[in-house]
Amino acid sequence: MNPARMPPTLERRGQPAAPGIAAGPLVRLATAGVRRAGSGDPGRERRALSEAIGKAVAALAGLIEAASGDAAEILAFQVAMLEDEALSAPAFERIDAGHDAASAWQAAIDAETAGYQAADTDYFRARAADLRDIRDRVLRALDGTDDDSFPPGAVLVGEDVTPSRFLGIDWTAGGALALFAGSSSSHVAMLARARGVPMVVGLGAFDEDGHRDAIVDGTAGRVVLSPGKPEWAAFETERARSRGRDAEEAAAARNPAATAGGDRVSVMINIAGADELAGLDPAICDGIGLVRTEFLFRQDGVLPGEEEQYAVYRRVLEWAGSRPVVLRTLDAGGDKPIAGLTIPGESNPFLGTRGIRLSLARPDVFRVQLRAMARAAVHGNARIMLPMVTVPSEIDAAAALLDDAVRDLSAAGIACRRPPLGIMVEVPAVAAAPEIFARAAFFSIGSNDLTQYVTAAARDIAAVAPLNDPGHPAVTRLIRNVVEAGKALGREVSLCGDMGGEPRHIPVLIAAGLRSVSVAPRLVGRTKLAVAAARS
Amino acid sequence: MSEVMGTVLLTHAVGLHARPSVKLTKLAKTFASSIRLATTPDGPWIDAKSIVKVMAAKVPQGTHVHFRAEGQDADDAVAALIDLVERDFDESRADATNP
Repeated sequence: MNPARMPPTLERRGQPAAPGIAAGPLVRLATAGVRRAGSGDPGRERRALSEAIGKAVAALAGLIEAASGDAAEILAFQVAMLEDEALSAPAFERIDAGHDAASAWQAAIDAETAGYQAADTDYFRARAADLRDIRDRVLRALDGTDDDSFPPGAVLVGEDVTPSRFLGIDWTAGGALALFAGSSSSHVAMLARARGVPMVVGLGAFDEDGHRDAIVDGTAGRVVLSPGKPEWAAFETERARSRGRDAEEAAAARNPAATAGGDRVSVMINIAGADELAGLDPAICDGIGLVRTEFLFRQDGVLPGEEEQYAVYRRVLEWAGSRPVVLRTLDAGGDKPIAGLTIPGESNPFLGTRGIRLSLARPDVFRVQLRAMARAAVHGNARIMLPMVTVPSEIDAAAALLDDAVRDLSAAGIACRRPPLGIMVEVPAVAAAPEIFARAAFFSIGSNDLTQYVTAAARDIAAVAPLNDPGHPAVTRLIRNVVEAGKALGREVSLCGDMGGEPRHIPVLIAAGLRSVSVAPRLVGRTKLAVAAARS
Repeated sequence: MSEVMGTVLLTHAVGLHARPSVKLTKLAKTFASSIRLATTPDGPWIDAKSIVKVMAAKVPQGTHVHFRAEGQDADDAVAALIDLVERDFDESRADATNP
């Protein structure tokens, strides 16, 4: 293509993965593909590869300093692999046999990766991804496309992106992600939402060659390459509107929420790890309505120990101060399998051994989590929440394990507290008959799972996704039922699903009597504005 | 110079995975002796200082890990490595199989 001629505007649609709109210079994310031409001189190729490995190690070392917990350990493993001459020796042999540095490295690492792909266990198979991450990092260094060489505010286009790559990019000047593949439930999508980086996935492969700029609308799931005048005008309008809205929301977030009728509404936040709290002012929320703990368990096959869990829970509680913090026990299973823990091959995992069912089936793992939570509870206003409760006896069983943990800790002279034990209301059996769950200290409606079980439709199956509507009268009727049972029993009722963060659903929730919601940190201002507009 | 041998049962939940392998190879590298490990007494023997080799062995839980060291500090090396495995790599863990 003639570089002087601008290619025609190209619009692609995918799935929204992180909201917001951004535009910037388009940069192709280097993927595994040999691009650097060889010099034909083995000596120079050896030096090029050595330097690229050195650069990759240095870049990883920089990332480790900024990372913590599992992320730091994964990166430390990658550094150890890269520093081991056994990894690069076959590549250097290929160079001596006349291959160029990039193809020699790629072939050597691909051979090593094959061994992991053939492994018997999920854990070792999953390490293939680490090797690919290592391989690509060195290839990028060989190409000269280092992680930090992106122009500020670049729109990154490519097949997919790894968490380490995402974390290595400076997003402070803006920027966006437009991915051919990818998933809105990936770890990267979660990071993008937390950092406000617009992201669209599932665009399908397209030829971005020759395009210089792109607009990414992460809310609509739309990407425009080489925008023309009308597209730029629409972008400017949308960005001005979005900036105005951002300012308004930021202002609203600082104040407590109340309905138009003056009823106070508690707005809390949902988080999936202590890292999300960085840069967040506790004053914007009335507490943390949901701490997802699955992310502690995300490294395949390695279950987090008591100390590791305790450190994370404690950080979260200390951040919140006197505000309540609801720690949810492991909600694995369903769409969140964990190698070595969840039960593989269940015919319908969403109706299988997930949430509290799995925890009670694996008391060895559950006990560790309860001990860590009871210990951390000393440092703040902790509550413990059980996911997927279906019958009251599950609360009794969990309470007995929690009491045991507290007794053991106390007997050993370890500081701890027994937090109140509440439940998620997400199984329709509970939402329909909440009055029999008086043993729960509080209720938190999980509207995502409640909606999917009530409508028998999954959000991630495109053909039936429109049926999965939290606004369905059956769902709102059940929510009202739970709110009323909570009043009768004297139990607090909150809602921690995505429904609470969607302004269009706020009026019906307020009308149902709900006075507490928990939403993603970025949605606090928007939610408070929607509450202020609702009549109670 | 004599060769020192030792055997230890690996109890770690998922076997010799990334984090323990990093610890093991780092410890091995602190010794001057050449150190090798194997999952059967007859080998194959692999370099215990190479994380690439150790990970590639994909050693599962419940394996008897055999160490062989040759050098001035061979005694200390084998003792230290066995101790590391026995301490379960200093990980307070949520054990995946034993309560």
